[in-house]
Amino acid sequence: MKLTVKLFAYFRDDRFVAEVLDLPPDTSIQDIAVKLDIDPDEVGILMINSRQSNLQAKPSEGDTVAIFPKVGGG
Amino acid sequence: MADKIFRVNMTDLTTSIDDVPEAWAGHGGRGLTSTIVSEEVDPTCHPLGPRNKLVFAPGLLSGTVAANSGRLSAGAKSPLTNTIKETNAGGTAAQLMARCGCKALIIEGQPKDDKWYAISMTPDSITIAEETDLVGKGNYTVVKELKEKLEGKQAVITIGPAGEMKMTAANISVMDPDGNLRSNGRGGLGAVMGSKKIKFITVDPKDGKVEIAKPDEFKAANRAFGKALVDNQISQALATYGTNVLVNVINEAGALPTKNFTLGQFEAHDKISGETMHDLINERGGKPKHNCHAGCVIQCSQIFNDKDKNYKTAGFEYESIWAMGADCCVESLDDIAEADQIMDDLGLDTIETSVAIGVAMEAGVLEFGDGPGACKLLRDEVGKGTPLGRIIGNGAGSVGLAFGVTRVPVVKNQAIPAYDPRAVKGMAITYATTTMGADHTSGYAVATNILGVGGTVDPLSKEGQIELSRNLQIATAAIDSTGMCLFIAFAALDDPDCLPALIDLINARYGLSLTGDDVTNLGKSILKTERAFNQAAGFGPADDRLPEFFYDEPLPPHNTVVDFTPEEIDSFWNF
Repeated sequence: MKLTVKLFAYFRDDRFVAEVLDLPPDTSIQDIAVKLDIDPDEVGILMINSRQSNLQAKPSEGDTVAIFPKVGGG
Repeated sequence: MADKIFRVNMTDLTTSIDDVPEAWAGHGGRGLTSTIVSEEVDPTCHPLGPRNKLVFAPGLLSGTVAANSGRLSAGAKSPLTNTIKETNAGGTAAQLMARCGCKALIIEGQPKDDKWYAISMTPDSITIAEETDLVGKGNYTVVKELKEKLEGKQAVITIGPAGEMKMTAANISVMDPDGNLRSNGRGGLGAVMGSKKIKFITVDPKDGKVEIAKPDEFKAANRAFGKALVDNQISQALATYGTNVLVNVINEAGALPTKNFTLGQFEAHDKISGETMHDLINERGGKPKHNCHAGCVIQCSQIFNDKDKNYKTAGFEYESIWAMGADCCVESLDDIAEADQIMDDLGLDTIETSVAIGVAMEAGVLEFGDGPGACKLLRDEVGKGTPLGRIIGNGAGSVGLAFGVTRVPVVKNQAIPAYDPRAVKGMAITYATTTMGADHTSGYAVATNILGVGGTVDPLSKEGQIELSRNLQIATAAIDSTGMCLFIAFAALDDPDCLPALIDLINARYGLSLTGDDVTNLGKSILKTERAFNQAAGFGPADDRLPEFFYDEPLPPHNTVVDFTPEEIDSFWNF
């Protein structure tokens, strides 16, 4: 399945801003993080199609997955 | 040396230094400004008349070496909202006022003549002097000239031309350790200071120091507290990307108010994002991290240089960048920085003023996306006090009235900040119910709705939002009393060592034995005191509502609306 994966803050360093990845069905966001060499413990915010999500969630064909480290502001 | 109340009467130009009344002794920061305003200001008074009072109070821990304890609260009846107001800022003033033994500075009355004045504070004096040189000058000029003129390390609290003109978007600026500006931004308290004809206040602590009841315990608690802050990953990210890291987060969540609150995402979000800003700052020799007050270990502030690598602005925050950026559709960080610098110099709240310009764009005064036009409007109209400039400088509500615009994002006439309440529903409750008029800091439900801090709730659902906002507003009222920066909350919400260490700090400073429940009760009583003032000023449940377009116009991309019933909103106050 093809997914658009977007990375933010320092997750972009030596990786990418946004890419379409071709991944096997049943891939979880945790699998995507591991594949990209992102430590799941550093993941703070996850969204699929702009909705809040979690590491265990499994996106579907055509989804957009956004992965952020732990960040905040205000 | 016991703390004192410093009082200035601008009607007869007298001053006094008095003992702290017992009922005020346990208060600091917001708790103290709101207590004093409630006790001494007639809620029905005109905010710009002689019966209003402007109160400054350092927090309970300000002036000590406690990490992040340098926030200064300013309070009064707000000319923007007509409610009680507390607004706090960094800079050096809170620490130095506390070292003067000043528990609070109360400024009352109003001069009968047309002269301007300056106030200076030391540990044993508070004096008023006529001021002529710096009247009409921008904040940058004021702090630069005073820094050259004043002996030793002194604090400067100042208003710009907007405050002198009594615009209700006017802020009060506080000099930071590098001679730049931080702001008591919201609610137009710069206009209150202007109505009292005070251009600036200087604070010279000389060799004054804050007494610590139990120094060893204080040191141990501060070590634990500082560690909790430094170890927190959000604190670390704040030092790298600043608060502006949120542009991409909130945009991705579909909650970034865009084009005067008609869209939840801004196409050019990455051009104004924290990531882009971080790279630009490094390319141009600025500073990505910087502390707004001595003792800050989070360092979310920064120095942003222009294309020629010269200083442009500092403390370039998410709220300011969102408001002039996405809300006005301005895609250039340099245009936004230019506007930020002009607003800092004129002494204007960047949220209120930029949201006002967004409403003016909807009215056709200028085009959405016209950054240079917005800067010209600020410089040539607002800065010169033309009729159009005064309409803008009196905030978003004022622009809506003047031009017949109905999509005016305000609650209690204060502009809604950078989280659309249709897509972060916890913020709908905070904006509607806070005693301050629309204010994100008073109950930052974004933390749990979007950032995964303090648990998670679905930002598009009403479930759990009222309780969340209530708990956050209570906790925030207490934190705002300590002098602590609100960003300690990221550690406090998720690190079990953080809050106990903060309470230990307060106990060691004053020789008390407060518990967590005492702190919660303090927060509750502050909110109730503030609400009672507002009720006496004429506010009721009907004022605790959002503008109707939030209920009627679905916000893309989620196409949700605010769907809390009036009864649900009112249940916030069931505590």
